[in-house]
Amino acid sequence: MKPNSHNFKLNARHALDDKQLQRALAKVPGGFVSKRADARAALPEFDALRDKARDIKNHTLEHLDLYLEEFERKVTEAGGIVHWASDAAEARAIILDICVMVDARVVTKGKSMISEEIALNDHLEAADLKVVETDLGEYIIQLRGETPSHIIAPAVHLNKDQVEEDFRRVHTNLSPDRQLQEPEQLVGEAREMLREQFIATDVGITGANFLIAETGTSVIVTNEGNGDLTQNLAKTHIVIASIEKAVPTLEDAAAILRVLARSATGQEFSTYTTFSTGPRRPGDPDGPEAYHVVLLDNGRAELLGTEFKEVLRCIRCGACMNHCPVYHSVGGHAYGWVYPGPIGSVLTPSLIGVDEAGPLPNASTFCGRCEDVCPMRIPLPKLMRRWRAREFDKGNPPAKQRFALKAWAFAARRPWLYRMGAGLAMPLMAWRGRSAGRFSSLPFVDGWTAHRDFPAPQGRTFQQKWRAEKRKRSRVSQGRGKS
Amino acid sequence: MTVRATSSSRERILGRIRSSIGVSADEADRRVRSQKRLYDHDAHIIPSRSQKSHLELVHQFEDILIGQAATVRRVSEMTDVSNVIAAYLREHNLPARLRQGLDPRLEEINWSAAPHIDRLTGPAHPDDTAGLSHAFAGVSETGTLVMVSGPANPTTLNFLPETHIVVVSQSEIVGPYEGAWTRVREVFGERTMPRTINMISGPSRTADIEQTLIMGAHGPKRLLVIINQNS
Ligand code: SF4
Repeated sequence: MKPNSHNFKLNARHALDDKQLQRALAKVPGGFVSKRADARAALPEFDALRDKARDIKNHTLEHLDLYLEEFERKVTEAGGIVHWASDAAEARAIILDICVMVDARVVTKGKSMISEEIALNDHLEAADLKVVETDLGEYIIQLRGETPSHIIAPAVHLNKDQVEEDFRRVHTNLSPDRQLQEPEQLVGEAREMLREQFIATDVGITGANFLIAETGTSVIVTNEGNGDLTQNLAKTHIVIASIEKAVPTLEDAAAILRVLARSATGQEFSTYTTFSTGPRRPGDPDGPEAYHVVLLDNGRAELLGTEFKEVLRCIRCGACMNHCPVYHSVGGHAYGWVYPGPIGSVLTPSLIGVDEAGPLPNASTFCGRCEDVCPMRIPLPKLMRRWRAREFDKGNPPAKQRFALKAWAFAARRPWLYRMGAGLAMPLMAWRGRSAGRFSSLPFVDGWTAHRDFPAPQGRTFQQKWRAEKRKRSRVSQGRGKS
Repeated sequence: MTVRATSSSRERILGRIRSSIGVSADEADRRVRSQKRLYDHDAHIIPSRSQKSHLELVHQFEDILIGQAATVRRVSEMTDVSNVIAAYLREHNLPARLRQGLDPRLEEINWSAAPHIDRLTGPAHPDDTAGLSHAFAGVSETGTLVMVSGPANPTTLNFLPETHIVVVSQSEIVGPYEGAWTRVREVFGERTMPRTINMISGPSRTADIEQTLIMGAHGPKRLLVIINQNS
């Protein structure tokens, strides 16, 4: 997809004004957040497992070349074929070649963020292939011509009445009088429509949550079972995965799986975790006849040598966006590319460049919740700050912001000036905002105050309070000394 | 079959990884370290909930599966399975028909007790209403069935019919996932996997529309797990 991250501010403003979107987003914090908290509470080892998961991935990344070689060797041994793709164009070409070679007309797909990253559907459709997304959320946004707004809940930005409209528009062979108000009816209809596609398909494409070097196995995790129908009913199964999905052993995969579903949906384990190793074996009555794995780099190998390499531990659970106040307010599309939320703010500039994605690392309140919940202990705020520092060095923020920040920095390094400035500003602000107790607009930060109010200071500055407190304490301790 | 010469990309990607890590291709200690890890496949932290007595593990397996919207029944003999299946199909108003693979363990079921049930064999067909499989193992930790592909239990039976019925031997219920890996290595050998292993923890579901949980998204709407205690 064509990136639109440089427009984050404008995108965010539109998102905040979009009533349908705001209605849908209002449901995000409640569900995901409390379910994850419950799952964590039910497993005393959870936080220790997060440390382990981090260590496993760090070890893997330090030996990534070797584990990928082993993975390739074991896939080949099992009768599968591994393809290496340096970038998105190469990956698209490889996949189209396979489809053409097997004379495919219909391609079904399980959910894959990598497929979004390389804009696979457009490429296959341009070659006259019928591409059908089978994950319910992906199916809905495909009907709408949209991209996912969340990495595990692609249609989280929509309400059921919107889905009903889409189904009525597209499923024209069904009775117009049918009932479609309830999610259950919508799910039932999608199930029927997609059944036919699963059966008619030639090629099934899935992503991978893990690539296991020990056995040459790709792993997918779903709740719907669509990924399994996709790969078992097609003659050819193509797995598209980025190189950092590797883990050494089945035990390593098990350890990370223990934190994946709990962090993502708050389930203890997803309904279906599927381990696929090669094509159909002699005597097998079902399963794909050919098994391909396309390994995508697309900038990751290089990223491994930078100060942003920790982001390669990400297992795409979505917890960081589920807990992000910025994501809660603007949703996923505002981020303008494939990966939204805090992970997107770090990954997007790494993958498509900071010139395009510059605003994203600024889309943060630095509240730190993303790092608190990340199962792979990725220091997301620190990495965002690094991008900001680079941005600032390159002279990217607008002059007004640079001036305000410089002025603040100048004063902050000169305590007397800071004291004086803050001491003057505080009563002034308190006076100007005194009637409502907050400001609905402030100079320099109008973007911030357009959609929220800044509380008016109620009294003295922090430094004034600190000094007063110190005086009080020294009086108390002197008093004690006397008695 | 080579689709496209990607060998140059292969070398380029591996080369880039090595230069990023700051190593060369032939550093012996790295190879030894990674090979050792692959062959040792040490377990990491095993949650205490999967380290109980076997009987407690079986109870936990059952409880968690029920919590995940599966139905669980116990039988004291394999022969009794037919009665449980007949009652279940009747209770849910389902056709007296099912499809199964060639697993010899399923041959021990005494079907003469339920002669009205039509039984077909082979991989699933789109119009099958119920599938019957035998699990390879059960994982107590999260109420998870471990299914292995092959003619004995075709993988499509796990996903295509609306009702999935799975028999699991009580003695094959283990605590953690690692317990299942140990058994996989015993049966298939080191560093070898069957074509597909499906871990299944309940009927199919989705929450993609307004985060409302709906059962039966694409896979089975119902899951009946029968624990065979005499095994
Ligand atoms: S950064 Fe962490 S929390 Fe966010 S998606 Fe990745 S693993 Fe999950």
